[in-house]
Amino acid sequence: MPGKLKVKIVAGRHLPVMDRASDLTDAFVEVKFGNTTFKTDVYHKSLNPQWNSEWFKFEVDDEDLQDEPLQITVLDHDTYSANDAIGKVYIDIDPLLYSEAATVISGWFPIYDTIHGIRGEINVVVKVDLFNDLNRFRQSSCGVKFFCTTSIPKCYRAVIIHGFVEELVVNEDPEYQWIDRIRTPRASNEARQRLISLMSGELQRKIGLKVLEMRGNAVVGYLQCFDLEGESGLVVRAIGTACTLDKLSSTAAFLPACNSPSKEMKESPLVHPPSHGCRSTHNSPIHTATGSRLTQNFSVSVPTLIYTGMGSGSAGKEGGPFKALLRQQTQSALEQRGGSPHRFCRTWEFPFFTLTAFPPGFLVHVGGVVSARSVKLLDRIHNPDEPETRDAWWAEIRQEIKSHAKALGCHAVVGYSESTSICEEVCILSASGTAAVLNPRFLQDGTVEGCLEQRQEENLPAGCGFCHIPYDELNMPFPAHLTYCYSCRKQKVPDVLFTTIDLPTDATVIGKGCLIQARLCRLKKKAQAEANATAISNLLPFMEYEVHTQLMNKLKLKGMNALFGLRIQITVGENMLMGLASATGVYLTALPTPGGIQIAGKTPNDGSYEQHISHMQKKINDTIAKNKELYEINPPEIPEEIIGSPIPEPRQRSRLLRSQSESSDEVIELDLSHGKKDAFVLEFYSCNTEIMPGINNWTSEIQMFTSVRVSRLSNINLTNQTLNKNFNDLCENLLKSLYFKLRSMIPCCLCHVNFTVSLPEDELIQVTVTAVAITFDKHQAVQTTKTHVEKSLQRASTDNEELLQFPLELCTDSLASHTFSPAKEHLESASSNSGIPAAQRATSVDYSSFADRCNSWIELIKLKAQTIRRGSIKTTVSVEKASPLTEGHFRQRSAPCANSTVGVVKMTPLSFIPGAKITKYLGIINMFFIRETTSLREEGGVSGFLHAFIAEVFAMVRAHVAALGGNAVVSYIMKQCVFMENPNKNQAQCLINVSGDAVIFVRESELEIISPQQPVASCQPACSGGEIAT
Amino acid sequence: MTNELDIFVGNTTLIDEDVYRLWLDGYSVNDAVGLRVRSGILEQTGATAGVLQSDTMDHYRTFHMLERLLHTPPKLLHQLVFQIPPSRQALLIERYYTFDEAFVREVLGKKLSKGTKKDLDDISTKTGVTLKSCRRQFDNFKRVFKVVEEMRGSLAGNIQQHFLLSDRLARDYAAVVFFANNRFETGKKKLQYLTFGDLAFCAELMIQNWTPGAVGEAPPFPSPSLDSQVDDMDVDLDKEFLQDLKELKVLVADKDLLDLHKSLVCTALRGKLSIFPEMEANFKNLSRGLVNIASKLTHTKDVRDLFVDLVEKFIEPCRSDRWLLNDVRLFLNQYSASVHSLDGFRHQALWDRYMVTLRSCLLRMYHD
Repeated sequence: MPGKLKVKIVAGRHLPVMDRASDLTDAFVEVKFGNTTFKTDVYHKSLNPQWNSEWFKFEVDDEDLQDEPLQITVLDHDTYSANDAIGKVYIDIDPLLYSEAATVISGWFPIYDTIHGIRGEINVVVKVDLFNDLNRFRQSSCGVKFFCTTSIPKCYRAVIIHGFVEELVVNEDPEYQWIDRIRTPRASNEARQRLISLMSGELQRKIGLKVLEMRGNAVVGYLQCFDLEGESGLVVRAIGTACTLDKLSSTAAFLPACNSPSKEMKESPLVHPPSHGCRSTHNSPIHTATGSRLTQNFSVSVPTLIYTGMGSGSAGKEGGPFKALLRQQTQSALEQRGGSPHRFCRTWEFPFFTLTAFPPGFLVHVGGVVSARSVKLLDRIHNPDEPETRDAWWAEIRQEIKSHAKALGCHAVVGYSESTSICEEVCILSASGTAAVLNPRFLQDGTVEGCLEQRQEENLPAGCGFCHIPYDELNMPFPAHLTYCYSCRKQKVPDVLFTTIDLPTDATVIGKGCLIQARLCRLKKKAQAEANATAISNLLPFMEYEVHTQLMNKLKLKGMNALFGLRIQITVGENMLMGLASATGVYLTALPTPGGIQIAGKTPNDGSYEQHISHMQKKINDTIAKNKELYEINPPEIPEEIIGSPIPEPRQRSRLLRSQSESSDEVIELDLSHGKKDAFVLEFYSCNTEIMPGINNWTSEIQMFTSVRVSRLSNINLTNQTLNKNFNDLCENLLKSLYFKLRSMIPCCLCHVNFTVSLPEDELIQVTVTAVAITFDKHQAVQTTKTHVEKSLQRASTDNEELLQFPLELCTDSLASHTFSPAKEHLESASSNSGIPAAQRATSVDYSSFADRCNSWIELIKLKAQTIRRGSIKTTVSVEKASPLTEGHFRQRSAPCANSTVGVVKMTPLSFIPGAKITKYLGIINMFFIRETTSLREEGGVSGFLHAFIAEVFAMVRAHVAALGGNAVVSYIMKQCVFMENPNKNQAQCLINVSGDAVIFVRESELEIISPQQPVASCQPACSGGEIAT
Repeated sequence: MTNELDIFVGNTTLIDEDVYRLWLDGYSVNDAVGLRVRSGILEQTGATAGVLQSDTMDHYRTFHMLERLLHTPPKLLHQLVFQIPPSRQALLIERYYTFDEAFVREVLGKKLSKGTKKDLDDISTKTGVTLKSCRRQFDNFKRVFKVVEEMRGSLAGNIQQHFLLSDRLARDYAAVVFFANNRFETGKKKLQYLTFGDLAFCAELMIQNWTPGAVGEAPPFPSPSLDSQVDDMDVDLDKEFLQDLKELKVLVADKDLLDLHKSLVCTALRGKLSIFPEMEANFKNLSRGLVNIASKLTHTKDVRDLFVDLVEKFIEPCRSDRWLLNDVRLFLNQYSASVHSLDGFRHQALWDRYMVTLRSCLLRMYHD
C-alpha cells in the first residue's frame, strides 16, 4: 500500500433546484475511489452548500492510483424516495503521482450530468501522500511523465530518445451489454465514461511500464484513441515516443546563455551541423518494399485484404509469440546500447517516432511520406475480448510502414500517427509517417562519438541537409527528378518533398506558407461483409492516387515545392468513402522552383477544344503568378548554367493533367477561383503546422476554437462529381466562415488547423475543425528581425543562441544563391549588407494585393482591435493600483491558483504560447464525456445541443487545469467528436474525447521583471516545495 | 446540400457588439442578417450571405445561452462555461439592462404585473420597439424590482450590487423601481412632455429625502421621530413624513400667515421678476396648490397623482403667464426661504424637507 489519497469536499455553488416545493436542494456528496465510498453530511435547503468535510482518506495500491479515477457524485437527499443524482465529477489523479507535476488538486469543478450537462460547481481538494520513496515507485510506472506535445517539452532536455511505445486494451462496450436494455441512458453513459476512464488509466500504466523497461522516464507525443467498434468491443489504444528527459534548471530556462548542461545540447548541432556521415550505410540498394508505389515521395500500400475470419484461428496464436518477439527485440536493443548506432537503429522492431518537431540536429534526412492502410472486418474477430487480433493488425501495418521507409533508404519514421475509421463492421486502419534518417547521437546515452565523422562537413550551411535524398540516386525507389541542392549545391534533392512533420526550425523558406487540402469523395455500393470490404479495398488505391495528384497540383498552383504536416484521412461510410488531406505548403529554398502545370487535351485536333485548353492554361498560369505574389514567393533567379546539374526542362517536369478526368478538371476550376484571393478581402493565413512558415512576430492574443458542421446531401442523383463539389464547398465555406468570425483579430493566422471528417449516417457529412488563431504584428516584423541581426552581429562569435540562428541563415542563403561559395570571410560582411534586405523580404507584408476600398476598413478593424487591447491593459493597470503591493505579489495573484474570481485558462493546439514561457508541465489532461438528450428541440436543436456541450467540455478542461494550478493547456486536441441524432425521437447523443498538457506559463514581459529578483519562486508559486526536491 | 448543424465554439467566447445590439433590439435572425447586409459588411469583408447567416445564427445561439446568466449577473462572473474577459462581461450586462427611453416612459409608474405585460403589444406598436425587446426590458424591470423590493439600504446601491450595473444605470433602475412601487401616474397627456430623465431626477431626490432611508443617510433632514435602521428602505415614501406634511396646511389655512408670506415674497422679489404682477396676482393660488399637494400625500391616490398635480397646480399656471425658468427659480427660492421668517410657523424642518425636493423637481420639470 504505497499511497494515501486524501479528499476534502469544501462547498458547492449554483446547484440546480431539486425540490420544486421549496425551490432549494438538500445536497450531499459521495466520494468514491476503487471500491471505497465516503459520504458528506446533507447540507439542507441551499443551492450553495458549505460542506467543509473532513479529509476522506483512501489507502490504495499504486496500480489503482494510476488506473482509477476519483469519482465524486453530488446527490439530493430525499427522505421518502431514492436520492436524486445531481451530477458527477471525475478527477484523474495521475498528475499527483510524479513529483515534478502538481502537488495538490484544488478548485471549482463543474458538476456534470450526461443528461442535463453542467449543473453547478463543487469545490474539492485532493492530495496524495506517498509512503515510500520514489525508487519503490519505479516498480510500477507511477513516475513516468506523459506529454501530448509532439516535440521535446519546452522546459526539458532530451537525454535519449528511446523510440516507439504502443499499447492497446479492449473491453466490452457497456452500450452493447444486455443490461443496457433495462438501465437508464444516464446509467449507461456513466458506465461508459467510467470504463473509458479506467481503460485510459490502465493503458497509461502499461505504456509507463514499457518506458521504464526501456529505461526512459517520459512519453512524448502521447496519442491515445478510442475505437468504438460496436458489438465487438471498445478499444483504447495509444502510441508515443519514449524518452529520457532532464528538467532544465529554472535559471537555464530563463537565461539560455549560462553554463548549464543544456548549452551543450543547443550548441552542438550548430557546431556540427547535420550532415552525411552516415550516407554510406544507406547507399546499399535496398529496394524491397511491397505494395503499390505510386509516385515519388509517396510510397503507399494497401495490403491485400485479409479476412480475419479465415485466419482467426492462427491470429490468436500469432499474437502471443509476436509480442514475445517484440519484447525480445527491445531487450536486445537495450543490450546493444553503446555499440554501433546504426546497428542499434536497425535492431528496433519499429523505429517510429510520434514527434513532429525535433531537437536541432536530430533529423538528418527526410525521405518522404510513408503510409499504409488495411481493411478489416470487426465481426470476424475470433476472440473479441482479447487484444491479440488488433495487436496483430497494427503490427502488420507497422511492418508495412517500416518496409516503405527502408525502400526510401531510411531507418526511421518520424511524425508517425495511426488512425481508424469504422462503419458498421468494416474498419480501415491507417498509419502514416515520414521516412527519415536520424542522428544516432540522440538515440543512445549521452555519448557523442557517433558524430565524429560528421565534423568534416561542418562548413555546410544548416537548413538544407534534411532535404537531401537519403536513398540511392541510381537506384531510386520511384521515378523522381533530382537536382543539386539549391542551398549547398553539393547533395541531391528531389523536386518536391512531402512530410508529416513540422517545418524544422532551421529550414529556410521563401515567403509564407499556406494550408493545402485535397478533398475527395467516392461513392460505393452498399454491401455486406466481405463484398463491402473488397469494394473498399479496391477503391483505396485510386483514392490515394487522386489525393496525391490533387495535392501535387494544388502545391504547384501555389508555386510551392514542399508539404509539411501532411495528414490524410480516409473515412468510410455506408455508401461512400471520403478522403481529406491537409498539409502546409511552403517554398523551401533548397528545392528547385516548381514547374508549371501543363494541360494536355485528349483530342488535340478539335479547334474549340484546343481553345478551351489554352484558355484554361492561361488561367492556371495567372493563378500561379497571383499566388506567388500573395505568398511572397520570389526566389532569386538563378542562371541555369551555374547550377550545372541536370535540371529537366520545365515541360518535362510539369505534371500532365488529363483534363478528361472529371475530378482533376474540377480541382483546377475550384482552385482557380480560390486562388483569386482578392475576392475575399480578409487578410487571413492558415496552416496546419505549429506555426506559419514566414511569420515570426506573433503577438500574444490567441483564440482556440472548434467548429462543427453537419451537412445533409440531397440523395437525388448523387454522382462522384456532385459529391466532390458538395464536399469541397462544405470545407471552403467553413474556412470562409472562420475567417469572417475571427476578422476582429486581423492580422492573424490560423495555426494547427485540424480537419476531421466523419460520415455519421447515409447522407450526412460531418466536418469538425479545431484550430487556433494567433495575432501577429506585421509592422514590427522588420524591426525585430533587424534587431536580431544586429544582435547577432554583436554576439555571433560568442553566442549560439537559437534565436540568432535564423537571420544568419537568411544571410548565408541569399549570398549562396548569388555567388556560389559561401566563404566564411564573406559571411560577416554579407550579413550586415544583404542580411537586412533579405530579412525584410522574408517578413514584410504586401499591401498592394488589397483593393483600396478595403484598406480603410482594415484600418478601422485594427483601430478596434487596439482599443480592445488598450481596454484590457487598462483593467490590469487598475488592478495593479488597487493592490499597491510589490510587483511579485501582484503577479502571483494574477495566477489562477488564487481563485478569487474565475482565472483565465488558455487553450491551444500548439506546443507553446506566443509571447510567454512555459515554466512547468503539470500533467496530461485526457477527458472523455458523453452527453445525451431526449429533449433536443427544447435545447435549441442539434446546433444548440452540440454548441452547449462543446462549451461545457472546454469549461471542464479549463476547470481541471485551473485546479492543478495551471493557466493553460498546450497541445490540446479534440480526438473524437462522435455525434448521433434522431430528430424524430427528439434525441441526440455526442461523445467527445479531448487531451492536452496542463501547464503554467508566464508572460515574457512579466518574466523580465521577475527573473532578476527571484527567478524560481516567483514564477512557480504553486509548487515551490516540490521544485526544490528535484 | 443543407447544413443541419453549424456551430463555432471559441475558448474565449466571441461577442460581436453589432450582432448583440440587433439581438437586444429583438430582431429575428433573418431580419438581423438583412440589416447586416444593408450595413455593407459583405462588401467590406467579401463574405457571402451564407457566411453571414451562419455567423449571425451562431451569435444568437450564444446570446440565448448567455441570457439565463444575464438574469443574475453575478452568476455570469462566476460561471465556468463561457470564458469572457471582464470588460466584455461588463458590456454584456450593461447593454442587456439598458432600456429604451420610449419604452420606459410607457411603463414608468405602472404596476409591473402580468396585466401590464399583456399591454406590451400596444406599447410595441406605439413606440416602434419590437415586442421581443419590450418583453426583455419589462422583464428586466420586474426582475430588478423583485430582487430589491424588500431590501434594506440604498436602493441604487442594492441594484448595483446585485446586477453589477454602472452607477448611472443603477440609478435609473432605482427610479424605475421607485416609480413602479409608488405607482406615480406619468402617462397622462399633460405629462407627456416630461422625459424619463426629468422623472428619474425627481425620483432620485425623493428617494434621497422623502423615504425612511433618507434618515440613515446623510441628507439634510433627519426626522427625530424615527428609529434609526428599522425601516431603512428606499422604496417607499416615509409614512410619518407624509403624515407630518398635514401640518403645513396652516400656511394657507391661516389667512394672516398666507398674507404675511405673500408680502415677504413680494417685497423680496419686486423688480427682480419680469412677470411680477402676474406672480403677485397668482401667489395665493400657487401657494395653496403646493401646500395642498403636501397635505394630501397621505392618500395613496394623491401620491399617485403627485406629478399631475404639480403640473396642473403650479407648472401650467406659470407657463400660461409666460414665466421664465429664472423667474420660477427666484420665486421658489424666495417662497421657501420666506417661511423661515414666519414667526407663527413651527414646522421649519418639515417645510424644508418638503420644499427643497419639490423646488428642484419643479425646476427640472419646468420646460416645454
